[in-house]
Amino acid sequence: MDQTASLVQIKGIRDGLLATFADAAWEDQCVALLAQIDERPAFFQGARLAIDVGAQILKVNDLVDFRDGLSERNVSLWAIISESPTTEQTAQLLGLATRISKPRPEEQKHADATSEDMALFVSKTLRSGQRVEYAGHIVIMGDVNAGAEIVAGGSVIVWGRVRGMIHAGAGGDRSANICALDLSATQLRIADEVSALLKPQKNPQPEIASINSQGKLQSELWHTG
Amino acid sequence: MTAQVITITSGKGGVGKTTAVANLANALAIDGKKVVCIDGDIGLRNLDVVMGLENRIVYDIVDVIEGRCKLKQAMIRDKHYPNMHLIPAAQTRDKNAVSPSDMVRICKELRGDSDFIIIDSPAGIERGFRNAIAPADRVLVVTNPEVSAVRDADRVVGILEAEEKENTALILNRLNPTLVKNNDMLSAEDVLDLLGIQLIGVVPEDESVLIGSNRGAPVVTDAKSRAGQAFRNIAKRIQGQDIPFMDLDQQNGLWGAIQRLTGRK
Repeated sequence: MDQTASLVQIKGIRDGLLATFADAAWEDQCVALLAQIDERPAFFQGARLAIDVGAQILKVNDLVDFRDGLSERNVSLWAIISESPTTEQTAQLLGLATRISKPRPEEQKHADATSEDMALFVSKTLRSGQRVEYAGHIVIMGDVNAGAEIVAGGSVIVWGRVRGMIHAGAGGDRSANICALDLSATQLRIADEVSALLKPQKNPQPEIASINSQGKLQSELWHTG
Repeated sequence: MTAQVITITSGKGGVGKTTAVANLANALAIDGKKVVCIDGDIGLRNLDVVMGLENRIVYDIVDVIEGRCKLKQAMIRDKHYPNMHLIPAAQTRDKNAVSPSDMVRICKELRGDSDFIIIDSPAGIERGFRNAIAPADRVLVVTNPEVSAVRDADRVVGILEAEEKENTALILNRLNPTLVKNNDMLSAEDVLDLLGIQLIGVVPEDESVLIGSNRGAPVVTDAKSRAGQAFRNIAKRIQGQDIPFMDLDQQNGLWGAIQRLTGRK
């Protein structure tokens, strides 16, 4: 373990795992990394792995064998970071990314909100599998389709239909609320209260959900004036 | 000539991707276009069966990628239309045998010599799906009027948007107008309302589709079938023609007469 750890460093990044290779022989490092995966198969199961290979020059054959080794262990290789243009070219040839700075468009996290009073404005429909997370409030101009997830530290306002999951006050703020033009969500959460409303409406009306004086999550129609 | 690459995908399995590929390819071939179909479902190949070409496979796409044969050798000419070819999937391998760049390379090689390249994507959103959409100029998402299928289509459309595949359209397959009328099935409007993408065709539920698939003779060649007509219309729209949508409510023949008599229309 000591020897393998010194060869390959693994850490978690936003897009999965990043393995940084030392300046040793490529084959030895591959063996070391695969051994590390075999030691903790549960941890690596289904992981997306990016590899920083430094200045090593790699050919297609090297990468293909290694990628097959990883996929046998149910780990998918998606990026190769390299200082060598040849290696970058090889990676691109295999359809692998060569940069990891680009945020994954499906998952927008904005953890750098300085204040709870800040709001994130999203002007598109969120589809199944997409997730928006923000420490402040979230305003969505569009629908939240079934299978999409919104997690906000503050309140959530949706100018559209909600059919997915919304969690407001995710940091424990029980005064947060959720408003939408049509609130037929799969599930609503405010702080640690969970409510499965699921009531598709014939004539949807704007609603607001909050935690009432009895401490229950409840939604009511929005009345103007 | 430079071919348009069209990938047919869905997310959920069993909604009719392979059937759509076989029918659209046949319809385009009938219109005199040079068509190449690629089966992207490595390990679970079906397109060859639906097209009735199963017994002619010698080489497959993985043989091409791994250099055991030339691309031309893996192209199987159709029985009826010499301007249509199939590149079959390998049955004994898995999705990892192909990479997105392999697909781009193969399509690039085919582009100069055909009008349309139609790729049959496997179900799911993993490697096989990524391979299938990589070279696509246009993606057709197939769904059924079922909540689960629409949910998966929504996921796929989200991924396509993230991949910046702009040219995406929807095929709504197996719609049953009678069920829709009785409010027992999602209507085309419901599905479009949810997915918010362009519709390129609605294919009514039709037994002859299944019969055609089992016989290896796609329904599009059956002039009487309404599903066949729907696929022919989609093929025309793919070629840029402005074809009005079929009126699916209009029931002909005995069943329509019974419905009219019993006042269900």
